Amino acid sequence: MSKKIHVSTTVNGESVEFLCEARQSLLEVLRENLSLTGAKEGCNNGNCGACTVMLNGVPVNSCIVLAVEVEGAAIETVEGLACHGHLHPIQKCFLEGAALQCGVCTPGFLVTAKALLDKNPNPSEHDIRFNLANNLCRCTGYDKIVKAVQAAAAELQTR
Amino acid sequence: MKSFDYAAPTSLAEASALLAHANGQARILAGGTDLLVQLREHLREADLVVDVKRIPELMELSFTPEQGLRLGASVPCYRIYEHAEVSAAYPALAEAARIVGGWQIQSRASVGGNLCNSSPAGDTIAPLIALGASCTVVGPEGTRQVAAEEFCVSPGKNVLRRGELLSTIVFPPPAKSGGSAYERFIPRNEMDIAVAAAGSWVELDPSGKTIKNARVAITAVAPTPRFAAEASQWLAGKPATEETFAQAGELAKKVASPITDMRGTQEFRVHLVGVLTKRTLAKAVERARG
Ligand SMILES: Cc1cc2nc3c(=O)[nH]c(=O)nc-3n(C[C@H](O)[C@H](O)[C@H](O)COP(=O)(O)OP(=O)(O)OC[C@H]3O[C@@H](n4cnc5c(N)ncnc54)[C@H](O)[C@@H]3O)c2cc1C
Ligand code: FES
Ligand code: FES
Repeated sequence: MSKKIHVSTTVNGESVEFLCEARQSLLEVLRENLSLTGAKEGCNNGNCGACTVMLNGVPVNSCIVLAVEVEGAAIETVEGLACHGHLHPIQKCFLEGAALQCGVCTPGFLVTAKALLDKNPNPSEHDIRFNLANNLCRCTGYDKIVKAVQAAAAELQTR
Repeated sequence: MKSFDYAAPTSLAEASALLAHANGQARILAGGTDLLVQLREHLREADLVVDVKRIPELMELSFTPEQGLRLGASVPCYRIYEHAEVSAAYPALAEAARIVGGWQIQSRASVGGNLCNSSPAGDTIAPLIALGASCTVVGPEGTRQVAAEEFCVSPGKNVLRRGELLSTIVFPPPAKSGGSAYERFIPRNEMDIAVAAAGSWVELDPSGKTIKNARVAITAVAPTPRFAAEASQWLAGKPATEETFAQAGELAKKVASPITDMRGTQEFRVHLVGVLTKRTLAKAVERARG
């Protein structure tokens, strides 16, 4: 066992401290030390996006980030999307549009889609497909996911 | 992943000392999109991981039309293509940065990491060579400059010696009538490794009809990224026409020595070199004309 390292960071707006080994991924620590099990482990090598979280305002695959790297950083996970028990419009549109089946990929899609709509409130279908290219889904076939993001964009625009 | 120690130095001197004096295998960590996957899959070992992202020089991105671009080795790809002036001055670089993996990868992956990983197919390397970039290497014995085309020596290997790290990639100021482009061939739209790729840079004479200077680089078609020196020299003084681009493509093929693998055959890859050289030259010229 190598020695544990102390890390202070912010997760979904709250200060968080944890101890971890250098070799542990951010995904591992979120799920196992912090009990934030929203981010999922799909491939554990950067390909599938199921583990996507926001790190200092940009989406990253948390399976290929070391937990020790996030000292002083700001992290947002899928758990931060819903507000006071109300689902975020993107979450609602995924549900209503049946944009999920097994749901393993969903947290990653939600986080990336939110990042996209924050940056580009009115994305074309191409923009959506291009920016979600690092999120893989084995079940839905993507069309419903793209439509759900479009529906969420429309709903967010009317606000 | 096996256990290792971790250090996050805040200066080049500290990083270089850590790397030079480490017990066992020290590895530099930038975005980790290659390194952490390789460590997890036991393709590489590390006793010490040195995170260089807290060193200011490695995160620098500064551009002026007079001085050119200074790109810190660990600047993630998205900062390049989101920088409007840099994207306009060095389109080949921005094009490559935008297709390294997907968005989540681009949030972390650096050009320095792409170059130091020294894969024959690294997407940013042809643009570096075509744009005439020079690499600032810092080590225990001081600082040296290495031309981008000299950096990689074999698949996964480069000129860095123990204790050295890549600090900055320096790009010459954009030429007045200059343009560049990068294209790779992959069987899908995104998230794949190049079967073959080319990056081209041109400078036109004031008439906009004749090529004054050019640099062509090809990747994924040899053990290391290749500067197509003969094609580049031949282009100087030639009319900027389709025939010229096609002939340069034929010359560029001469430096390709690809392998056949699941992504494509030798023959197909050589063919692609011609096509991609021609296309990137045409696009570079179009951009040079504004
Ligand atoms: C899902 C996925 C998709 C990908 N798609 C592409 C793609 O389309 N095209 C492509 O080219 N690559 C791709 N890659 C590979 C990888 O993302 C790139 O090579 C990336 O640019 C590496 O940069 P990094 O900052 O993450 O490097 P790291 O992984 O941190 O480092 C890479 C190597 O370089 C060394 N290193 C890093 N910085 C320095 C430095 N300053 N000085 C000395 N040595 C250093 C490290 O020790 C390591 O050996 C992909 C990877 C994944 C996981
Ligand atoms: S689990 Fe991280 S990208 Fe697949
Ligand atoms: S819903 Fe099963 S992987 Fe996407």
